[in-house]
Amino acid sequence: MLELTGITAGYDRRDPVVRDVSLRVAAGEAVGLLGPSGCGKSTLAKVAALLHRPDAGTMTLDGTVIRGWRHRAPRERRTAVGVVFQQPRLSADPRLSLRELIAQPLRSTGRRRDVPERVAELAPLVGLSEELLERRPHAVSDGQLQRACLARALVLEPRLLICDEMTAMLDASTTAALVAVVERYRAASGASLLAVGHDRVLLERWCDRTVRWGEPSNGSERPAVG
Amino acid sequence: MAETALARPGRATRRVRVVTSAVIVTAVALAVLVVPPLAQLDQQAVDLANKLDPPSLAHPFGTDDVGRDLLLRCVYGLRVSLLVGLVAALTATVIGTAIGALAGAFGGWTDRIVMRVVDALSSIPHLLLGIFIVAMFRPGVWPVIVSVALTHWISTARIVRSEVLSLRSRPFIDAAVSGGASRTRVVVRHLLPGVLPQAGLAAVLMVPHAMWHESALSFLGLGLPAHQASLGNLVQSARGSLLAGDWWPTLFPGLFLIIPTLALAGLAGAWRDRINPRRKSELML
Repeated sequence: MLELTGITAGYDRRDPVVRDVSLRVAAGEAVGLLGPSGCGKSTLAKVAALLHRPDAGTMTLDGTVIRGWRHRAPRERRTAVGVVFQQPRLSADPRLSLRELIAQPLRSTGRRRDVPERVAELAPLVGLSEELLERRPHAVSDGQLQRACLARALVLEPRLLICDEMTAMLDASTTAALVAVVERYRAASGASLLAVGHDRVLLERWCDRTVRWGEPSNGSERPAVG
Repeated sequence: MAETALARPGRATRRVRVVTSAVIVTAVALAVLVVPPLAQLDQQAVDLANKLDPPSLAHPFGTDDVGRDLLLRCVYGLRVSLLVGLVAALTATVIGTAIGALAGAFGGWTDRIVMRVVDALSSIPHLLLGIFIVAMFRPGVWPVIVSVALTHWISTARIVRSEVLSLRSRPFIDAAVSGGASRTRVVVRHLLPGVLPQAGLAAVLMVPHAMWHESALSFLGLGLPAHQASLGNLVQSARGSLLAGDWWPTLFPGLFLIIPTLALAGLAGAWRDRINPRRKSELML
């Protein structure tokens, strides 16, 4: 499904954040990527989500070698990967209501007609009431906003879901609810998952296997050096 | 360009200032919109028997050197100056927003080239550049608008670029890209709406500035044709009589320029305090 080989990435070519990292997520598999804050997990997640071009290394997605990131990646490839970010406040456009937030990917891909149906399907799934859907981000809590962000990531039915510290800002019950939503979606669709975080207990329970940043794990994989 | 940094005044003072400004701006808007169609008076009517009359009941602002009523001339002049100021400020804002958004959104070489052009342009005094542009055309309203617009988009472009740069790195832009949004969609739907309040503020702040430029150009004889009443033209044509001791043809058009522009700047300043509460209020003319 997803294969990252020898990825080096960062924001300054002379001082990359991620050095020579490899990672594999098989079809339908849930992989947890563990590591301390600031080690480059999020950067690696952005590379995998086609949002950050690496300086070196190769990435394959569904058997295709990726040659372009961000807008240089074809739209269908970008939307095959759904992303949930760590901070819901920053990852929601403050001018949009939660309903519009969830609908954005549909509108971006010319599926405007599906908006009422898909939003009506997803909102109860992530636990958002009709009344909350009309509110704008400043009028809801972090947990409610993250629920909407998860719905947005699922609205195009991605084959790979990347959760970058999705639950770091949330309380235990919201965390449990969101993890359950992800697992229900994966059971229904067979999608793969890359969950990035530093909560070892959570990721070990949630994922089929976890990879620890900075330690060589089983055989071919060498998740990190730097 | 005079920059006066004022200490932040108290709440009550600010309220008085805003209310006064609002009253003046409303009065000016009414005068300019309502008087010309209703009054049915000819602002060009020459009355050589009453030339250079001091202010009186018949002519509250007096008459000019060919006996035209100065109050009427001032209202018409303000109308032209306001029109030029508004259109020029709007045009400059559109140009500046487009260029700033382009530079900020695309980054890389586009940004570098655009910003070097902006630096180069801002190293030339903009009144000089404006004079150069109007001098290429016959006197008229449009050359003045073009000249003021082409010399005033630079600061807006800078503001919009920096706003776009700060918005561009937010995760919600990443989320839009990941959701399949095209480049255009990211700019139009997510970046531009975020910078519009700042651009709108820049536009309103620019109106008085543009009016002063229109007057400066007309005063130098390069702006509007001499028969057209604009505030700059009125002051310009009154220079001769001022030396003879006739103060009213200079004073009233001058006040008509200063008071409405200060009122507009006052309102814009209040708006800016709402958007950027931490910035000290400062008046740029």
